[in-house]
Amino acid sequence: MNKISNQRAWWLVVPVVVLVAFNALIPLMTVVNYSVQETFGNNLFFWHGVGWFEQVLTSERFHASLFRQLAFTGMILIIEVPLGIAVALCMPRKGPWVSVCLVLMALPLLIPWNVVGAMWNIFALPDIGLLGRMINGLGIDYNFTQQPVAAWSTTVLMDVWHWTSLVVLLTYAGLCSIPDAYYQAARIDGASSWSVFRFIQLPKLKRVLTIAVLLRFMDSFMIYTEPFVLTGGGPGNTTTFLSIDLVKIALGQFDLGPAAAMSLIYFLVVLLVCWVFYTAMMRNEEQ
Amino acid sequence: MRFQKWLVTTLYILFLLLPIYWLVSMSFKTTNEILGVFSLWPIEFTLDNYRKIFTDPTWYNGYINSLIYVVINTVISVSVALPAAYAFSRYRFLGDKHLFFWLLTNRMAPPAVFALPFFQLYSATGLFDTHIAVALAHCLFNIPLAVWILEGFMSGVPKELDETAYLDGYSFWRFFIRIFIPTIAAGIGVAMFFCFMYSWVELLLAKTLTSVDAKPIAATMTRTASTSGYELGLLAAAGTLTIIPGAFVIYFVRNYIAKGFALGRV
Repeated sequence: MNKISNQRAWWLVVPVVVLVAFNALIPLMTVVNYSVQETFGNNLFFWHGVGWFEQVLTSERFHASLFRQLAFTGMILIIEVPLGIAVALCMPRKGPWVSVCLVLMALPLLIPWNVVGAMWNIFALPDIGLLGRMINGLGIDYNFTQQPVAAWSTTVLMDVWHWTSLVVLLTYAGLCSIPDAYYQAARIDGASSWSVFRFIQLPKLKRVLTIAVLLRFMDSFMIYTEPFVLTGGGPGNTTTFLSIDLVKIALGQFDLGPAAAMSLIYFLVVLLVCWVFYTAMMRNEEQ
Repeated sequence: MRFQKWLVTTLYILFLLLPIYWLVSMSFKTTNEILGVFSLWPIEFTLDNYRKIFTDPTWYNGYINSLIYVVINTVISVSVALPAAYAFSRYRFLGDKHLFFWLLTNRMAPPAVFALPFFQLYSATGLFDTHIAVALAHCLFNIPLAVWILEGFMSGVPKELDETAYLDGYSFWRFFIRIFIPTIAAGIGVAMFFCFMYSWVELLLAKTLTSVDAKPIAATMTRTASTSGYELGLLAAAGTLTIIPGAFVIYFVRNYIAKGFALGRV
């Protein structure tokens, strides 16, 4: 749609800008402020330059939690995106079951995040949880509160449970927008179901899949509540992702400088990746 | 082939429902039963956990607090987002594209980054531990969300509608309120649903900004879990009750839910 140029439209945007700026810019400037200063208590601050940034960027602790975060995000993307596409392809297109499927699948998305953590906690506990009992019943020694591997797989499984439906819903919406004529043409050409997927559905899904990956990337990169409630970052530090580590430093140890520097680096990483996706998304939209 | 498809869908839904079933079933068990015997369904069926929540003010106030700030937030977010989304969908103006992206960056900002500065900002303005503080803080990600969703819906409305109305002598606000808002009522409903939902599921900021008077139900739950030992039945009952609002309204937005989660981009 070609839009009219109108500078007075700014007046319509002003309330949004004011409210969001109050919430975004003031705290962000506070963070910037802390990141370049050193304090010894009593609200006395000293200029510290880029010292905190150097400290964070070279600290092994930050590297470790960044690595864990990247591994986690990579893992859930590799599982959730193909699984989501597969489930969406299998969903019924017409009939009364569509509503049932949509409602049931969206259910995990609407549960408060700490309830998700608590629910998986009691679901996976080896003594009272259904999942824990089942796995131990199969003869596998499983206790996510003590074994790093079990803690990781439980956290990943929880995220798959929580968010795969997002990919399913987006893919499903994309699939529904493909006109029937495309499928009819494919049938006339005698195309196999794989080539229908590869040459008709996948190209049409490019847009929704970009959005799905973008959303899953950014939400999993800032994940905090669910693993915090489920494992508390443990055992040891094995499931301490970036946000959990940050809150530990900022609110637990009250190391404001390093925490602020880490916040900014963290935010910049998210911003950079999202900008790449956003540009891709907008280019798709213009086509 | 048809059978396989049904099987995949059914298995996936079963996988989704299993943890929820476990939570609900646990909420009807007594503490002794949870810790003592392992059973797939409640043997001594009890409503005590729910009774406790509905009679103990520290519990039910948590729900009331959550509902209050969620509703305030939804109203603020959608009402300021409406004119802004209209501007983005109809006009070109200085910095519009950058502004649109900047709004989205706030949706990307990890709440953990903002927890401490938010605490200081709202303490300094004297809003700490009030419902309005949490409602305003959640605007950080809900306003961008509402703007994006509404922009998506508004772009689907042909521009001829606006032009005809202006030719008929409608002023901007009269057109906007009398004609345009009713036209995109579905979009407003969806935007409200998503603001409601994201404010309802968020905990980190809500917990940081409250202590007693406005403490959300989610925070009450985590604290109970750690302080009074193993009252798992109670925890499960409280968790079950937090699922209900979402489960209740989801039916109405089922056809738009993908659009909402995709920030209005599908």
